[in-house]
Amino acid sequence: MTDVLAVADHRRGDLRDVSLELLTAGRELADASGGDLHAAVISGDTDEFAEKLNREGVDAIHTVDNGEEFNHDVYVQAVEALVTDLDAEFLVTPNSVNGLDYAPAVASRLGRPYVSDAVGLDYDDGTLEVTREMYGSKVETTVEVEDGPFVVSIRGAEWPAAEDIGDAEVSAFDFAPDEDAIRSTVNGFEEVGGGDVDISEADFLVSIGRGIEEEENIELIEELAEVTGATLSSSRPIVDNGWLPKNRQVGQSGKQVTPDVYLAIGISGAVQHVAGMKGADTIVAINTDPNAPIFDIADYGIVGDLFDVVPELIEQFGGDPPSV
Amino acid sequence: MKVLVTVKEVATVEDDFEISGTEIEDTYLDYDLNEWDDYAVEEGVQLAEAGDDVEVVAVTIGPERAEETIRMALAKGADRAVRVWDDAIEDVELLDVETKARLLGAVVEDEDPDLVLSGVQANDDSFGATGVALAEDVGFAWAAVVNALDTEKVLDEGVASVHRELEGGVEELTDVELPAVLTIQTGINEPRYASLRGIRQAQSKEIKPQSLDDLGLDAGVVESSLDITAMYEPETESEAQYFEGDAADQAGALADVLRDKGVVGE
Repeated sequence: MTDVLAVADHRRGDLRDVSLELLTAGRELADASGGDLHAAVISGDTDEFAEKLNREGVDAIHTVDNGEEFNHDVYVQAVEALVTDLDAEFLVTPNSVNGLDYAPAVASRLGRPYVSDAVGLDYDDGTLEVTREMYGSKVETTVEVEDGPFVVSIRGAEWPAAEDIGDAEVSAFDFAPDEDAIRSTVNGFEEVGGGDVDISEADFLVSIGRGIEEEENIELIEELAEVTGATLSSSRPIVDNGWLPKNRQVGQSGKQVTPDVYLAIGISGAVQHVAGMKGADTIVAINTDPNAPIFDIADYGIVGDLFDVVPELIEQFGGDPPSV
Repeated sequence: MKVLVTVKEVATVEDDFEISGTEIEDTYLDYDLNEWDDYAVEEGVQLAEAGDDVEVVAVTIGPERAEETIRMALAKGADRAVRVWDDAIEDVELLDVETKARLLGAVVEDEDPDLVLSGVQANDDSFGATGVALAEDVGFAWAAVVNALDTEKVLDEGVASVHRELEGGVEELTDVELPAVLTIQTGINEPRYASLRGIRQAQSKEIKPQSLDDLGLDAGVVESSLDITAMYEPETESEAQYFEGDAADQAGALADVLRDKGVVGE
């Protein structure tokens, strides 16, 4: 019992990036425990996915053919069967929206604690140490789990993708789901966030977060965008509040943007937001909290109150700041 | 129809804080209703307003202090509440998802709801797992990260027709049989503020305390092989160049950078 099972994530015909990162995290655990690394891919074009998962360090790939798209009722059954059949000591899943939809249930079935959203993993002599954040990234913690099997999900973009081509053995896993236990039906997908503006095309984004405090205050940033020719975008809470439409949202569940300049105003820089904008050439952050994680990825920073700085900035470009 | 909403009182941390051992010192913590749960409560109350004879019950695991938070759920329209607590829970970190799922599961068995609404995650420990583990434990169907729910179909057809918010602006359209647990994402609705009348009414609504014994559980349920062994502030990786001075100086320096990058249009 030293083997590692990593379960790939895919959607609508594409293997998601985190799948190859899982292989890196999984390989590290396998090296630490002296076991093999198994990868599994469930549903979809499993042959094509298996080929993409066949990277250096992977010992075996298991395919489960069952429908095209993710269904958690199928995944829970298949993953439980795989862990049991392989006698795996580690189950590593992505901390993706679909990962959230099956991994806790698998852990529960296995009667094992589940540790989610790992940013670091360390295994030594029967104990797994998981590094994870709490309180919205304000602190990091080490969570220790005694005795396997261990069930852990990893955060995307924390481990590098496994790269070189491997020579794993690919085999079809003999599995038929209990159809009576399938109580959810996926009927399709919907793209959201279309509309008048495509923020992913903008060269200069002025983006607002919780720091704007009130809907009326957005006028101030609209004026800044107006005088600088920037496009207005935002972090999630602004859209959740209904203050800006969904097509303005930058982040994991919104748009990925890569402007020349991204000016983050009153945005703390939660990991879900950063996932959507870290590809910007130049990042500027204005925030009252000097410890806000946004400064970790910023090229330029202003520790200060946006309600003091932004009016000055508007005047710099010949505008007339509205009073808010 | 009965809707059970799980709510958690969570701590948010002030900008400056101190860590002592594996905890943040209490003076730097502010307690409030978990943001995701606020949306779950609203969704439950909206179901009650749209249907006839829909009862909304809020359930929490928490010490007496948490009654203030659960009263907020009552003030917003939940009919009554259940608060699970026990000396045996007091002594553990309550980090293990399975522990929380079993405690809530015992309440589900007792209340026998048609629908359980649970926040996607809590903004303190952010495990994002309790709702799904709970569904598995009690044998309910489930859907995670729901950002739209067809109220009419729930009430008329007994099906939870939901959108699951996937990454990258894509939503999955899924039907789930009842009874079910749905984990509710922020933005699914606009949570109301409690009205003065609601706050007054909440004072007379029942908050039923439940110990492990009341729930038919023994102390073994809170045992866990999970342990927080260290807590620290992440090392800052900032390589940012900071603009100093007053707001006018800072804005001037930033304006220079923006002009230099050539992004400022006319």
